[in-house]
Amino acid sequence: MSTRTTPLRPTHELHKRRFSRNLGVGLTLVAFIALVFGLTIAKVQGGGTLQAYDHTFRPALLPQDD
Amino acid sequence: MTDIRADIHAQTGASEPGFGDYVTLLKPRVMSLVVFTALVGLLVAPVALHPIEALAAVIFIALGAGASGALNMWWDADIDQVMRRTARRPIPAGKVEPGEALGLGLALSGIAVIMLGLATNLLAAGLLAFTIFFYAVIYSMWLKRATPQNIVIGGAAGAFPPMIGWAAVTGSVGIEAWLMFALIFMWTPPHFWALALFMKEDYSNARVPMLTVTHGRRSTRRHILAYTVLLVPVALAAGFTSIGGPVYLAAALVMNALFLHGAWAIWRRDEARAEADGYRTEKQVFRLSLYYLFVHFSALLVEAALRGTGAYALVGIAG
Repeated sequence: MSTRTTPLRPTHELHKRRFSRNLGVGLTLVAFIALVFGLTIAKVQGGGTLQAYDHTFRPALLPQDD
Repeated sequence: MTDIRADIHAQTGASEPGFGDYVTLLKPRVMSLVVFTALVGLLVAPVALHPIEALAAVIFIALGAGASGALNMWWDADIDQVMRRTARRPIPAGKVEPGEALGLGLALSGIAVIMLGLATNLLAAGLLAFTIFFYAVIYSMWLKRATPQNIVIGGAAGAFPPMIGWAAVTGSVGIEAWLMFALIFMWTPPHFWALALFMKEDYSNARVPMLTVTHGRRSTRRHILAYTVLLVPVALAAGFTSIGGPVYLAAALVMNALFLHGAWAIWRRDEARAEADGYRTEKQVFRLSLYYLFVHFSALLVEAALRGTGAYALVGIAG
């Protein structure tokens, strides 16, 4: 006995739209992560009285009045 | 035997949205104006942000604006379905479910406000939150269907971005930020009323109480002229603050003369003449209004660049 089945075709229009959506969400998330990483670097660099390795406030780093 | 393809169709229909449909929900054209004006507000401020912080600020201000656009499309889906201009938006076109638009709008609002607060300061985040609230609740849910002054008061939502940009850098709101706000605020009514004059059927079909529908077209023409006259001193005043200068003043003088002339021409026309030439003047003034805002904010950028490069110091102009 032979059974003929219709193959599931991944190139259906529906799959294209789902792929575009998944790709878009994926790229957006990657961009978001990159932005948050960049922000972190920028904040730490401009942190002034914070030290990067432990993020602890150091009174000794405050500018001294002459 | 089951035909899987048929099953997929039965389960999802033809309304499976693509990524572009969600982007459309955020009103990308409005977002581009928001990006531009917020960027100007940010760059003309007297101090500078780290470039990454500035980039993040602009992105999150734009994201907040997009979120409010999605909330607006969720609330106004019934109106959008009736109006020719908006009938192809994702919800009336059946591509995106209303609940999805609401969820996306709320989620992006939260992300945008929190991230702007973390990237810059609480004042900028608070102003962004207020802008989203103002556009989605005060304008979309309340004013738009309640009063012909909807555009006048609702225009404030579009006027906030340069102020948020300024606040993101300075942590405060100065006279310059208020004047940039006032420039967009006063520009919005004549801009939209010029559009309403030639999109004549849309608003009445949707029962939106646009001035053209409630007070008639003669009154709308008078309002366009009155608001344009009031806009001129606001636009010129910015030229005498720390963000203005000779380039801005020259650009403002030319653009305001042109805009006033256009508003005067609209005021002088009657419906018969407008109908006869297919609303040519009204369409010209609408197009001019787009250039008006672009030129003013570009001139502010030029002024900032001239101050930044020290060009004014060389020729002895105080910047």
